[in-house]
Amino acid sequence: MKKPDFKMKKFNFKWFNKWRDKEQKGMSRPSTPFRAIVEKELADYITSWRIIILLAIIGLTCLGSLYTAMMSIRDAVSSDEANEAFDQAFVFLKLFTVTDGTLPSFMTFVGFLGPLLGIALGFDAINSERNKGTLSRMMSQPIPRDFVINAKFTAAIILIAALFLALGLVVAGLGLLMIGIPPTFEEFMRLIFFLLVSIVYVAFWLNLGILFSVRFRQPATSALASIAVWLFFSVFYSMIVNLFARAIAPSTTQNVQELLNYQSLILNLSRLSPNYLFNESTATLLTPSVRNLGPLTMDQIEGAIASPLPLGQSLLLIWPQLTGLIAATMVCFAISYLYFMRQEIRSRS
Amino acid sequence: MGQAIIELEALTKTYEDVKAVNQLTLNIYEGEIFGLLGPNGSGKSTTILMMLGLTEPTSGSVNVCGINSTREPLAVKRRVGYLPDDVGFYDHMTGLENLLFTASLNAISRDEGIFRAKQLLKRVGLADAADKKAGTYSRGMRQRLGLADVLIKNPEIIILDEPTLGIDPEGVRDLLHLIRQLNREEKITVLLSSHHLHQVQQICDRVGLFVNGRLIAVGNTDELAAQLFEGEPVLVKAEVDDISPALIDKLSELPGAVRVEQNTDELSVYCQHDLTTQIAKTIIEHGASLRHISKKDYGLDDIYHRYFEGRETDEEA
Repeated sequence: MKKPDFKMKKFNFKWFNKWRDKEQKGMSRPSTPFRAIVEKELADYITSWRIIILLAIIGLTCLGSLYTAMMSIRDAVSSDEANEAFDQAFVFLKLFTVTDGTLPSFMTFVGFLGPLLGIALGFDAINSERNKGTLSRMMSQPIPRDFVINAKFTAAIILIAALFLALGLVVAGLGLLMIGIPPTFEEFMRLIFFLLVSIVYVAFWLNLGILFSVRFRQPATSALASIAVWLFFSVFYSMIVNLFARAIAPSTTQNVQELLNYQSLILNLSRLSPNYLFNESTATLLTPSVRNLGPLTMDQIEGAIASPLPLGQSLLLIWPQLTGLIAATMVCFAISYLYFMRQEIRSRS
Repeated sequence: MGQAIIELEALTKTYEDVKAVNQLTLNIYEGEIFGLLGPNGSGKSTTILMMLGLTEPTSGSVNVCGINSTREPLAVKRRVGYLPDDVGFYDHMTGLENLLFTASLNAISRDEGIFRAKQLLKRVGLADAADKKAGTYSRGMRQRLGLADVLIKNPEIIILDEPTLGIDPEGVRDLLHLIRQLNREEKITVLLSSHHLHQVQQICDRVGLFVNGRLIAVGNTDELAAQLFEGEPVLVKAEVDDISPALIDKLSELPGAVRVEQNTDELSVYCQHDLTTQIAKTIIEHGASLRHISKKDYGLDDIYHRYFEGRETDEEA
């Protein structure tokens, strides 16, 4: 017994020494400029009051949502006794979706506060540097121009990813302690995918903020513009689509094909909103019993077995939504990148 | 004079319809202090941006240290330090941290960066303020920190855009002294832009005069005066009571007088050679009372007055 123990210790020690030597070498080696900017940006983010307050709000609301989920999870599981057989298999995911009505669920909170976080990280990325006169100083150093915008994006993404992974895992861990039912591997993977989708979604708003920060000289303007877009999609867009839907609604005597066409038109209109895409994706990921996102005819569900989808099939179902979200994120970044590369950088203007 | 270290050739930059810089050809030599003199908006900053490759010229070429700035801006920026006009620092970081960040952007290791930053802070007289937040620095201190920031990469050339703007006279004197010292001791070529003639006159070996994107004269102060006032090198000023148009006509008719300007009771006569006595005689013969007469040598002040201030009042009118 003793011998392997000793060996183990020795090995660890060696490994530690190696690591320490490497680190020390790293200190004297010139650090790369890109990494230097990312490090500085990260340090700025986590010491700025704006972000600290937002993080505190997000952290508290997530704990609040966990509490309400805990309160209502018993009802949620037992109320649907007909589905008990498969519902029990996904009790753990309910931690993130159920609510007793007093506080929204974790999923809703992330969908609501995530964009705010993204905007808060991005809206003054470029224009505040410009106004402070630090951008032209940075540009006179031997670094390619895109380092600045890429590094800012990277730093924000690192922060978002760390925050959401930590938050999701903390909520999962606390939930595990309280309800005592461990997640299955599939549930865990669904949780991870949900967090990844959230990160992409927040990255979209981050890039929108960066785009406006490149476009507008005043941080206040770009913050307002980003928030306006966010409000539009989260509140007004669905109203507008509803109004439009009512206006073009076919009479009830239409044939099935026309009604289906109408439904899918409305659905596609809704899907222009990133919020809608995000909600569809997360609902599918966290609720395995969601089998379809569009209208279904009786013909289609005839003979279908009402069972939850496996993860692969759920992912397949939301593949278009994911593609759309990622595309929107990349388009925003590409536009701000191009815009930034073409701008002339003078001192404080 | 050494070798040309900055070569501008037929450099032109057009913004929409406005030619910010127009057919600029200029050589700046190794080891000199060159002053770009001109009013705001005359194309000084644009020229500097093109030297650093931060803006592409519409036509013409810029070579700095033998490297084309437009094609290889990074190689140029490695050798050239640039202090932008009204430089900004990260207010929440200390002066030392700001310098270290610049050092890391230049791929200087941390140990080396700390060593150099401390040395430079001492040199620019900010050793005591090194650990204070840059947000608390006064304008003059920020400008000196800016100079340290520019020097941390050991540049061959430093380009300073309006380095003395908004600093008190004592601060200006210190800063100019520092620049001169760097030029003498470290053999750094200095290019500075300004619209303050006295300061430029104090430290620059040569001056280039910019008006509306054109370089209208280059040389030291004497050469500038000779180039600019060819044809009317002498200015005689006379204070006279009761100036009448007839007197002005008479003065303009004097052989050698080019033109006469009146400013309340002061007359300025631009002439090809020294006409002081003839002018005095004419005024007295005309019956006006002459209170004071003097011949003026051209300094940069007059150059400034003739080329810039006149233009600005024209624009206002």
